[in-house]
Amino acid sequence: MIPVRLDIYDEGLLLQNIRGGAVGMSKLLVQSSTNKKVILLLILAVLLLAPLFLSDFRLNLLGKFLAFAILAIGLDLLWGYTGVLSLGHGIFFGIGAYSMAMYLKLEATGGGLPDFMAWSGMKELPLIWLPFQYPMIAIMLGMIVPAAIAFLLGWLTFRNRINGVYFTILSQALVLVVVTLLIGQQNLTGGTSGLTNFQTFFGYPVNSPTTQTVVYLVTVVALAAIFLGCSKLVKGRLGRVLVGIRDGENRMRFLGYNTSVYKTFVYTVSGAIAGLAGMLFVLQVGIISPTMIGIVPSIEMVLWVALGGRGTIIGPIIGAVFVNAAKTGLSESYPDMWTYFIGALFVIVVIFLPKGIVGLFEKFQERWKRADVKDVKEPSGVTVRKNYSRL
Amino acid sequence: MTDLMVTLFNGLSLGSILLLIALGLAITFGLMNVINMAHGELIMIGAYVTFVMQNIFINYIPEQYFDLYFILSIPIAMVVAAAFGMLMEVSLIRYLYKRPLDSLLATWGVSLLLQQLARTIFGAPNVGVKSPSFLEGGVEVGSMYFAYPRLFILGLALVCLAGIYLYFYKTGNGRRVRAVMQNRQMAECLGVSTRKVDLITFAIGSGFAGVAGCALTLLGAIGPTIGTNYIIDAFMVVVVGGVGALFGAVAGAFGIGFFNTVFEFWTNASLGKVFIFLLIIAFLQWRPSGLVTTRSRSLD
Repeated sequence: MIPVRLDIYDEGLLLQNIRGGAVGMSKLLVQSSTNKKVILLLILAVLLLAPLFLSDFRLNLLGKFLAFAILAIGLDLLWGYTGVLSLGHGIFFGIGAYSMAMYLKLEATGGGLPDFMAWSGMKELPLIWLPFQYPMIAIMLGMIVPAAIAFLLGWLTFRNRINGVYFTILSQALVLVVVTLLIGQQNLTGGTSGLTNFQTFFGYPVNSPTTQTVVYLVTVVALAAIFLGCSKLVKGRLGRVLVGIRDGENRMRFLGYNTSVYKTFVYTVSGAIAGLAGMLFVLQVGIISPTMIGIVPSIEMVLWVALGGRGTIIGPIIGAVFVNAAKTGLSESYPDMWTYFIGALFVIVVIFLPKGIVGLFEKFQERWKRADVKDVKEPSGVTVRKNYSRL
Repeated sequence: MTDLMVTLFNGLSLGSILLLIALGLAITFGLMNVINMAHGELIMIGAYVTFVMQNIFINYIPEQYFDLYFILSIPIAMVVAAAFGMLMEVSLIRYLYKRPLDSLLATWGVSLLLQQLARTIFGAPNVGVKSPSFLEGGVEVGSMYFAYPRLFILGLALVCLAGIYLYFYKTGNGRRVRAVMQNRQMAECLGVSTRKVDLITFAIGSGFAGVAGCALTLLGAIGPTIGTNYIIDAFMVVVVGGVGALFGAVAGAFGIGFFNTVFEFWTNASLGKVFIFLLIIAFLQWRPSGLVTTRSRSLD
């Protein structure tokens, strides 16, 4: 019913469009893209040097935010680029976090039974805990299991063309199911109190400032790697196909693309990234419990992406850091205000800032550019409609 | 035999609760493609309206009329919830009709605001509502026991269902609503005011959430998060039932209610949830767009 156009608001295409016409504009754009690179490198340098000037407490917080940012990039890949909204990323995050926590717990007990199992009368380690004795296997499972769950759910739904809000509701039901399971199987998972009281990680004390600094640096490197990888991915042919699916899935089908394969792939990758984020999170925070990965946190993750700017790779990072910094600041002093704030933020972002902070920034930049270079024409009269939300 | 009957009755009871909640959702979702995440909070509003009514009756009305409060609460809860629904539609949702996923996020924001508002006004702890005396107890058949509140909710769900059926299929307004549902542009061309239809339909859907909230006070204490306990199950009802026909919602609600009870009876509450989810996924392999679908040739 709605006329849908393939999105051509791509930098590469934009450049091509412009090269034909205005050379000055192209220069400006090239210049701004090198500027962008310089800014990104500067940010990376600041993040890498942060241990030198931040206190241990602040560094720990920042590391937590950056772990969230990793997840946000993965979520954005799925939502911002492919147009599939998942309200269930808390689960993938949680499974990653739990697998790391299970390893840490076992290392803390020296391979013996964790305390909560002993309380519920278990005699030996249950089967699903056994692989988590080995750190490398635990780390791998922390990404493989979420990816596998995402693959299964994605394959079973996208294959049948269950799209849009239907998929979103199913992904939210997945959260409910997994959280109920985590709470219900208390003797296996630690129930509502989750897993905590970790001692060592690869033999190093988890809570010592040195280990925390190393984990922080690993988080920064992981974030940079995910950022680069996803930027490459969305700039390439695959990224075009994903945006095509977002803006006109049926057209992509008619062009011969098996869209469900692409969507399942992105969902799987996104799940694995969330698992990685969960592992880094638990190393820095030292606890994981069902309330941290439930329905409310899962949907909050979507807000990070929406506020930062969906359909960009830098946006989710900004959003994740901003929202969580605000949360730390506000919810400690005024917990009531926090819920009002975040509720209002959802409404405001959706109505007034559909492109998020990055969109706002780009708008100002464009205005500034237009004032600067008066003789450049608009890149032809192609309308741009980003359609995130077909049913 | 007794076990089977009890399970059947429990399933029926859970199904009727789900149906009561999902009716409103089926209306808003079926007609407008709006996933109203604040539906649970409209339920909460209905529940708190009942609570307030109870307090008014305790404080200002002679005691012998106390039981009337519940009867009065039902229409009042409906009106108040419908008013909130209208407010939401006018101020927020009508800007987002073309963007269902965005309306989902915005209404989630509204739901957080309403929850916190309830916490500010009524306090975070749960409050109790005393059931009217005519709904206390139950009827015993052999060794089985049917609680009156559950029977009442079943009856209420059926009455609401009948009301919705009559409205949508036997009145002029209902016909216009269905016309808009089937083909929005064509209905507009024929002079149906789709703005008005959207507004009224959303208000009706919200109103039934209020009724559901009123009914939920019979089952236990009420708190700011009362709606969230049921809302995902209710969404699953809509997904399973498909949109566009009441029968889908009915079958979905009683199906999920029944299987949920059976699975929980066989295993336990947490594993039961897993099985019901797997069953729904399996069902969607067979019927990807739900049990009942309106066929059309439009693609997007």
